[in-house]
Amino acid sequence: MSEKKSGKRPDGRAYNDMRPVKMQVGVLKHANGSAYVEFGKTHVYASVHGPKKVHPRHMEDGEKAILRCRYNMIPFSVNDRKRPGYDRRSVEIAKVISEALQPMVFLEEFPKSAIDIDLEITQADAGTRVAALTAASLALADAGIPMRDLVAAVAAGRANGEILLDLTKEEEDAKDAVDMPVAMTHRDNKVMLLQMDGDMSREDLNQMLIVAKEGCAELAKMQKAALREKYKVE
Amino acid sequence: MKANKEYILEMLKASKRLDGRALDEMRPIKIEIGISENAEGSARVTIGDTVVLAGVKMATAEPYSDSPDKGVMTTSAEFMPCASHKFEGGRPGEVEVELARVVDRGIRGSECLDFEKLCITPGEKVWLSFLDILVLDHDGNLIDAAGIAAAAAFLDAKFPALDSEGKVDRSVPLTDKKLPMAGIPLAITVRKINGVLMLDTTEAEEEAVGARVTITTKDNGNITSIQMGGIGGFTDAEISEAAKITEKTAKKLRDGAFKKAF
Repeated sequence: MSEKKSGKRPDGRAYNDMRPVKMQVGVLKHANGSAYVEFGKTHVYASVHGPKKVHPRHMEDGEKAILRCRYNMIPFSVNDRKRPGYDRRSVEIAKVISEALQPMVFLEEFPKSAIDIDLEITQADAGTRVAALTAASLALADAGIPMRDLVAAVAAGRANGEILLDLTKEEEDAKDAVDMPVAMTHRDNKVMLLQMDGDMSREDLNQMLIVAKEGCAELAKMQKAALREKYKVE
Repeated sequence: MKANKEYILEMLKASKRLDGRALDEMRPIKIEIGISENAEGSARVTIGDTVVLAGVKMATAEPYSDSPDKGVMTTSAEFMPCASHKFEGGRPGEVEVELARVVDRGIRGSECLDFEKLCITPGEKVWLSFLDILVLDHDGNLIDAAGIAAAAAFLDAKFPALDSEGKVDRSVPLTDKKLPMAGIPLAITVRKINGVLMLDTTEAEEEAVGARVTITTKDNGNITSIQMGGIGGFTDAEISEAAKITEKTAKKLRDGAFKKAF
């Protein structure tokens, strides 16, 4: 990683440090593939079911598999209880995660079938969508689904005038906070997911992309290590 | 549709488009304001053959407990079945939800709409503004059309009168007081098709697949929201380039179509 600035963050990290990351592959017995990922206090389970028959049938695509994604925050994942069920934020997040993953998978190998990804946020402290996408990528690989590449995702942002990697909820609550989730492919750093909220200059954008790129590269190494951990020869 | 798609991709190799436009050229844009008698503010935006309506209605409500001195805004989008054979009506699907949320975030992030000025009595009563976006005719670039219509509707909007009990009084005309909207946040979308960046895509061009990135800027050029979507990736250099293009295009719109309408 590049040179660290002196300004320490509430939890003692440098501006370009990730929170402690934990990744584990194959954590759920009944899914075809699964993963558990922690970014600090943000905890996510991802499961993959499929390729399987499509229900309802009218969603079937004769030329390729459909990749469906569900993002769900469990009721006690946040301070104020999250009411279970349909909400617009979850619908949008599931859409952008699904779109980030579709080019990774050889969908054309499985016409008329569905690949379902379920993402359960069990504890939330900012960065849930990027942790979820990082986990989803691992779960797809664990399911043995042929893929072109994997993606890693992390948020870059700004709080109290500093460009930061992997913001916590506390940092996201700063008055000038900007949050920018980014997902990149392992091999050539193609941006596959990008969102932003806040108020920033073009210069900030370029700096955040640099910080995010470093973070994604670090996560990519951990993802590979987590997969090798499950699939090693004794 | 397939032959069309291949043709579009073939033309793009020579940086050409079906309708002869340059890659960074928008179709003719028209903004009409005050198109609805019953809305507090409204606009119809036409970009080529795309038509989108936006309307603002106001009501009073209790504030949220975490922001007792701020008004509230909610944004919904509906793709009318008359706009395309692809739209079915009913509960908003993910495309509608995404569009509404991108437009909403662009306005919110820009702080052009002053939520503190939408407070009536702190902790007790605030203005609630409903922004409704309706797609009437779909020929692509819906997010940009919706964002332009939303900004225009807010700029057009005036407060309704309150009666002696502090309820909205619909028996008298709107007041002359404008909503506290300072500035024009604009969401502009850049699409990447076959490695080429382009603006203001038609529905046929959007059929040719590709990723998009929508960047909202405010009057001073700062970015207030970004949303990537569609299938495909961008390099970080392409994202930076898209940020430049969107800033320039938004400025052109503020100085052109918006000046004409207001």
